Parts: sequence; C-alpha cells; structure tokens
Amino acid sequence: MSRLTTASVPTVRRSARPGVPLRRIGRVLTGLWLPVLLLVLWWVLSARSTSPFFPPLSDILGETWNQWVVFGAWQNAVSSLRNLLLGYVLGAAIGIVGGSLLWRLRLLRTAANPLIYFLYVLPAPALLPAMIAIFGIGDLRQIALISFGAIWPTLLNTLDGMRGIDTVKFDTARALRLSSWRSYFTLVLPGAGPQIAAGLRASLTVGIILMVISEMVAARSGIGYFILQSQAEFAIKKMWTGIIVLALIGTLLNYLFVFVERLVLRWYYRSRALGGS
Amino acid sequence: MSIPVTTQTVLAVEDLRKIYNEGTDAANMAIDSVSFSVEKGEFVCIVGPSGAGKTTLLRCISGLAAPSSGSVTFEGKRLTDVPAQLGLVFQDYSRSLYPWYTNGRNVALPLAARGVPKGERAARVAEVLGNVGLGHVEKKYPWELSGGMQQRVAIARALSYRPELLLMDEPFASVDAQTRFDLEDLILKVRTELGITVVLVTHDIDEAIYLSDRIVVLSKNPSVVKEVVPVSLGESRDQVETRSSPEFLELRNHLLSLVMPHA
Repeated sequence: MSRLTTASVPTVRRSARPGVPLRRIGRVLTGLWLPVLLLVLWWVLSARSTSPFFPPLSDILGETWNQWVVFGAWQNAVSSLRNLLLGYVLGAAIGIVGGSLLWRLRLLRTAANPLIYFLYVLPAPALLPAMIAIFGIGDLRQIALISFGAIWPTLLNTLDGMRGIDTVKFDTARALRLSSWRSYFTLVLPGAGPQIAAGLRASLTVGIILMVISEMVAARSGIGYFILQSQAEFAIKKMWTGIIVLALIGTLLNYLFVFVERLVLRWYYRSRALGGS
Repeated sequence: MSIPVTTQTVLAVEDLRKIYNEGTDAANMAIDSVSFSVEKGEFVCIVGPSGAGKTTLLRCISGLAAPSSGSVTFEGKRLTDVPAQLGLVFQDYSRSLYPWYTNGRNVALPLAARGVPKGERAARVAEVLGNVGLGHVEKKYPWELSGGMQQRVAIARALSYRPELLLMDEPFASVDAQTRFDLEDLILKVRTELGITVVLVTHDIDEAIYLSDRIVVLSKNPSVVKEVVPVSLGESRDQVETRSSPEFLELRNHLLSLVMPHA
C-alpha cells in the first residue's frame, strides 16, 4: 500500500551545458555574419563614392561622431527618448488597464468594440494636425501622439490574452477561494503575460515610428527634426548620421525589451523549451 | 481508520437536476434526478458511462455550477459558491496548476487567500507536500515534474487548507497505468492519515471498487442514480490481492452489468 516512490524524482533537468559561454558566443556570431558582411560591403563600395547622396561610410561615421558627440546633437536624442519613454509608459499603462476593464466588463466590451477597432485602424499620424491644434507645438503634443498610438496594440493583446486563459484555471481560482483582486494578480495578469508582452513590443515599435514622425512636423528638437533639418540644408552626410543614430536607438531599445521580457516571462520560455504547457 | 459511531452527513444531494440553456431551443438536460449523501470519513466514487454528466454533477456538488433544481447541502448549509472547507482536484493538472508559479507558490495560494500568516505558509506547504509523498519540489516549477508528480502537487494544493471533503474529477485519467496505481494508493493513505472524506468521479469501474466504501452508479444522459453499491472490501487494500479477490470480481460483474448498455 505504501509503495510511494519519491526519492527517484524523475524531474526534467536542464541539460548540463559545459561550454555555455563559448557556445553562446558562437550563436551570436552566426547571427551576426550577414549584417557584418553588408557593413563591410557598404564600407568598401562607398569608399570612393563622390555622389553627394551616398557619401563614403567612413565619412558618415566620422561625421556621426562629430555631430552627435562633439557638436552636441545628442541633446536631440535625449529629448526624443524622453518623449518616447513618457508617451510609451502612459500608452502601455492605459492599454493594460483598458484591456483589463474591457475583459472584466462585458457590457463595456460589446459597446466599445466597434470604436476600438475604428481607432486601431486609424493611422495615428493622421491625428498629428489635431494634436497640434489641441496641445500646441511642444513636447506635450509629441507625448500625446506617441501614447495614443501605443495604446492599441497593448490593449487588444491584453484583452485577447485574458480572454484566452483556460477556464479550468478560473475554476481553480474559485475552488481555492481567491478573491477577485487576488485572482487578477495571480491568474489573469500572469496568464495573459506572454500576449501582453507581444502587445507591448508592438506598441514600442509604433511609439518609435510616431516619435520620429511627430518630430518632423512643426518641431524644434528631436532626432526626426535633426534628420529633416539636415536634408533641408542639403547636409546629406549629416542627415545620414541622424538615420544611423535612430537605427542604433531602435535596435538597442528592442534588445532591451527582449532582455526584460525574457527575464519576466522566464517561466514561459523555459516551459515551452521543455515542451510543457 | 476507526468507524465513526454516529454518522454525520457531510454532503447531501437531493433531487438534483441540471439543464443547460434552460428555456431555449438548445436546452439540454444533463442530469435528470440525482440524490445521494456522503457521511463523514467515507470514500464515495461516482461512476457512469462516458457522457453520463459526471463532470456536470461534480461541478454542481462543488458549487462551481448552480443546479437547475434540487439542492446540494454541504455540512448543513446549502451551496451557493465553492465552500471554504472543500478541496477540489481536476482531471488535467496541466490546466489547473499555474505554470508561472513554483510548486511551493501554487500550494501556498489558497493559504494566502485564507489569511494564513506568511511565516506559517512555508511549513504548511512542506508538510502537505510530504503528505503526498513529494520531497523538495517547492522551488521547482510544475512543468519540470512528471505528470504523476504534478497531480500530487495539485492534490497537495487542495489539501493544504485541511478541507473536510476532497472532491476529485477523474484525477488519475491523465497519467500512465503504473502512476495511476501509485496515486490510488496515495489517496487511500492520505485519506486514512488525515481522516478526510473523499468523493471521486471516475469512469473506471475497477478504480471505483478499489477505492470506495460506496459507489454511486449513474445512468447515461440525462443521468439518474441507477444504484448505490456498498463495497465491503475492508480497510486495507492491495493492488494485487484486492483486485483478484472474489468479492472484487463479483462487484465488478455487478457494476459492469449496470453500466454496460445492453447487459
């Protein structure tokens, strides 16, 4: 009767990986060969270019250092990033709270559904003139536009993720007598976590696009302003430096996001890697 | 376990009926009329052919679903929600455990909800994991364990707040045969050690006989109680001996004739 084997715990172990750092470096390198090759090609092919539109890459990189570090254009990046951060955080928060409310209140959801899809498909840049009219020229208008665009991917993914949670998990919460708030924080939010993260990532992309666009219309600072201004001054080399800085920032933000996501949703990626639920 | 001198009814189901989509064209009667009661300390299995509304019945007697008519009384009170003194174990552990929490946190969830102080929780979690024969798995995640062990975690979670009644819905249907025998013996051991009342829903007649003091046999959809069969196999049971005893085989034949449609 008491044949309860417990010592031989057949847990799934993460495979012991002796050469972890080496293999990881190898993986990074295999992922990098194409970008590196293209950069080398760009460098070599543009080296003797005399076209005013395609200056040599070496010149562009030198100019980038001069413009963004020596001449103080970094202030444009600071103001862009500040607006992006404020707008994104605000939009993401509204998205998660709004998505949760729509999930909880069915009547509100049915009523708001057409409106949400209408706003979702509306290209946010089209609202720029309205934003200028409402908020005037300045950072507030930029922040408002970024957060407006960032709301929708997060909101829709939050709602969808919450609606997709297994009903057995809700039965379980009731059986364990978790209060509404407790089950929101212990079941609903973590359960929708992977999809909320996907929404947040899409919102970040939208936010970066809107950051640049809003700086290109009636603005006096920011990376977008810098790029457009340089082009207007026929300073093409300078324009390219702005684009490079923008690409670098976008890439860095994306990697930062993925890093945080992997940390927060460690359970999800690890259980998936094990082929579990 | 000593046989209680005065019986005390833990669960009473009276004339329970459940109709889905009542009052519409899609109305579907899952349960016609079911009555039975469970005394304190008893182990009762509910068996029936597939599609006999077993899960519906379990949802009604656990308070997860409201019956269309009739009543369910738990410890003298009519059910409106899942009572605090009821432990529930679902068939599919991977659907009922929360994969974002460690096993320890999963088991501690109902304790936190019941206001057990934080300092006490860890000790209770370790104790109840010991009860179900699990060692140190608190810091591991459910998906790092085998299926049988995950179901043990789910059982531990249902036992952590020391319920009066443990209600299980086909709890061993998702594990392999060997693990199934282990878990059957585990639940008998836990029941003896904690003096708990158990109601278990299953489609497996052998399992029902092996575990029960009484078996409630349901008919096909819409279900009624065909018969309540007492099982007098004694207190201690053994997978090999009990299952090959003449009494077991006799009960098996009787139950098969009740469950099989044309027998």
